Amino acid sequence: MTGTITKDGSEIPLLEAEKLTKIFGTLKACDGIDLKIGTGEIHALLGENGAGKSTLVKMLFGALQPTSGDIAWKGERFTVTSPAMGRSLGIGMVFQHFSLFDALTAAENIALSLDEKSPLDTIATRAREIGQTYGLPVDPDALVGDLSVGERQRIEIIRCLLQNPDLIILDEPTSVLTPQEADLLFVTLERLRSEGKSILYISHRLEEVRRLCDRATVLRHGKVVGQCDPRTQTAASLARMMVGNDIHVIERLPAEWTDRIPLVEVNGLSQRPRGPFSVALHDISLSINGGEILGIAGVAGNGQGELFEAISGEVLQERPHVVRIRGTDAGRIGISARRRLGAAFVPEERLGHGAVPDMSLTNNLLLSRHSTDRKMFLTGGVLKLVSESSLASAAKRIVTQMDVRKSAENPDASALSGGNLQKFLIGRELDRNPSVIVVNQPTWGVDAGAAAHIRQALVDLARSGSAVIVISQDLDELFEISDRIAAMVHGRLSESVPIEAMTMERVGLMMGGADATAGAA
Amino acid sequence: MMRIEIVKRPQHSALFSALSPFIALFLTLIAGAILFSILGKNPISALYSYFVEPLTEVWSIHELLVKAAPLILIAVGLSVCFLSNNWNIGAEGQFIAGGIAGSILPVVFPDFQGWYVLPIMLLLGMAGGMAYATIPAFLKVRFNTNEILTSLMLVYVAQLFLDWLVRGPWRNPQGYNFPETVQFSDSAILPAIWPDSGRAHWGFALAIIAAVVVWFMLSRTLNGFEIKVLGRSSRAGRFAGFSAGRLTFFAFLVSGALAGLAGIAEVSGAVGQLRTSISPGYGFTAIIVAFLGRLNPLGIIAAGLVLALSYLGGEAAQISLGISEKSARIFQGIILFFVLASDSLIYYRIRIVSRLSDTALKGA
Repeated sequence: MTGTITKDGSEIPLLEAEKLTKIFGTLKACDGIDLKIGTGEIHALLGENGAGKSTLVKMLFGALQPTSGDIAWKGERFTVTSPAMGRSLGIGMVFQHFSLFDALTAAENIALSLDEKSPLDTIATRAREIGQTYGLPVDPDALVGDLSVGERQRIEIIRCLLQNPDLIILDEPTSVLTPQEADLLFVTLERLRSEGKSILYISHRLEEVRRLCDRATVLRHGKVVGQCDPRTQTAASLARMMVGNDIHVIERLPAEWTDRIPLVEVNGLSQRPRGPFSVALHDISLSINGGEILGIAGVAGNGQGELFEAISGEVLQERPHVVRIRGTDAGRIGISARRRLGAAFVPEERLGHGAVPDMSLTNNLLLSRHSTDRKMFLTGGVLKLVSESSLASAAKRIVTQMDVRKSAENPDASALSGGNLQKFLIGRELDRNPSVIVVNQPTWGVDAGAAAHIRQALVDLARSGSAVIVISQDLDELFEISDRIAAMVHGRLSESVPIEAMTMERVGLMMGGADATAGAA
Repeated sequence: MMRIEIVKRPQHSALFSALSPFIALFLTLIAGAILFSILGKNPISALYSYFVEPLTEVWSIHELLVKAAPLILIAVGLSVCFLSNNWNIGAEGQFIAGGIAGSILPVVFPDFQGWYVLPIMLLLGMAGGMAYATIPAFLKVRFNTNEILTSLMLVYVAQLFLDWLVRGPWRNPQGYNFPETVQFSDSAILPAIWPDSGRAHWGFALAIIAAVVVWFMLSRTLNGFEIKVLGRSSRAGRFAGFSAGRLTFFAFLVSGALAGLAGIAEVSGAVGQLRTSISPGYGFTAIIVAFLGRLNPLGIIAAGLVLALSYLGGEAAQISLGISEKSARIFQGIILFFVLASDSLIYYRIRIVSRLSDTALKGA
């Protein structure tokens, strides 16, 4: 061991970042972040999505250049200009989404990433050795396409260890693993620590951080909001630190709905994963009445996108009654037919899903409205001629209603800023006065002013009698607008909890998969 | 030190969208001049006899229209395919299938005559092209097969089938063993538009009509909107409720029908019988026409005339310069190369950075 954990700063830390700031346009993704990682420690980086974890790590690794601030490596100041330079310094990174070629073997994939050229046999032998030493069993000759997610991660870690790094950065390593695979990974990480290697461990899973890590740095909105020894904390206290206590409580009229007929029902929705990064859904049921907002919390990649596509009809169900919209079995009908039942949908990804990037706003208006507003936007009977003039006037109405700021009369969707495009896409649906709306991440990457506008519009729609489902990773947002909150984890949806009985701690635990009642006490 | 960077434009450039075909043609002329100089010919007079001389006489303008008709017809259909992200490379095969199907009446039933023969032939030609285009469409939708490969391979099947047909069962018994069918009777011949001055037949008029109809569909109707949405983003298309599989069939059927129509129009209007080869590669050249015309049917009319000129120029150059007429293929290849290269200017701009200012930027 070359050093010990430096609590007082008297010893030189392995890596020290000072006042690290990264600005994207008007957004301060990282705002004066200080971070010290000692030799031989597992350092946790905690924070919600969008807290600035990824940006920070990319700057340490050389994939992004900081706007200002310094990075010192073993006491020497460095500008890490590229990942290759990061690697040569001794910083290795294991990404959340793997960068492996399915059609190549494990050894070939490893060979591709090595800076020096070695024969494949040598690489395979070394990979096998490292695998045995650190408890990462992998067959170097296996095709990556045939391997499980856990095995692919082992290849990534072996690839990283072959560079003999002093600091290994792991980005949400357990988010793709089964609990058993995660346990194996922890053994490996503890072993690496005992050899004096340092690990920066990015996660939002509080229990594993408490179990594994020596220190934790907590980020919120691009700033460091706390540093602690996670072993002395509880999951609840860590959650509080992560989501913050400065929740803006707004006065809100209680929901008063006249009819108790559910407008959307999901009954026992289960679905296999549809690809390597798709999440399976397990027995999801929900029901929402007119006049209320159901908030669905959860960390990204727990099946929210899949749930959205199942309700929207982009993915059909095997049995019709699994999804019911306004009392009609809708599981087997497509998205246009569900829209004609009065439902509206706003997906998470704006460009390329909710809108075609290189098409004008009026064309993007037609995109989701051609079926429901046929009489307004299409003329000429069976010819279905597009009426540019009525599209233009409807677009103008939406732009005024939602305060969309744009540079040209009818610009391409990609020319709008994220917030303005999102206001347009939500306005496009609200303009129909839908009786059901499902919105996935309504204010993701949207500036505060636009976010407030969007939230207000959703609340107003619900108070006028519609059912609103908001899927969001932003807990502040869900607390601000929801009447009930449920959480998604591993493709399962928890029971919903009325907002009066909900606390930050409780939802944080629900999102982590812990028993929802434990934190309520 | 200088460095050239390609930077994505925030919004696609309308200016370069219009200018790109002209830049491509200009660069093609320069490349052609270099080519001719290397061959030891005077580049100015070579380019003149290639691109200007064919336009100086009435009969050769008629020939231009004869060659432009199939190019435009096929390319208009291909624009529907390419805009919707269906890469139909087999128009040559659909052209041949149309030529064969349309020739059934005049070859097998030569005594069947009347005004109605020609319309039936044209319809059979379209049906033949459509049927042949259904094969790659079905394979793509049902088995996710790559349509570039299947449609291309089916070209060779069609070519060999035609070859077998005119050497075997359909050969003219009184034709001195030449591999040709009987000459079509008058009622099976697509007439010339201005018979007094040259050969240009009504196929050219059909091409213009097809271009205008498809242009209208693409630019004014929901169907055209669907084609463009699914071509640009399949996920957004699914969100809009459009079916990619249905559109694949639609695009292949439209382009197959137009290629088949071009085939029978060529056989009936320009050749007058079936031979072992009925196309100097129209189906492939039409791919260039479609892109040079910016996948816009009205632009395709102009692009079809330009590419038809390259065929005539090749013939003229063979006579006056002694260069192989295959040089036309070279020109067509150069045009496609420059068209695709110039198109990148629509979405990207070129920036020249000196190393000095670059490092200064990084240091700041």
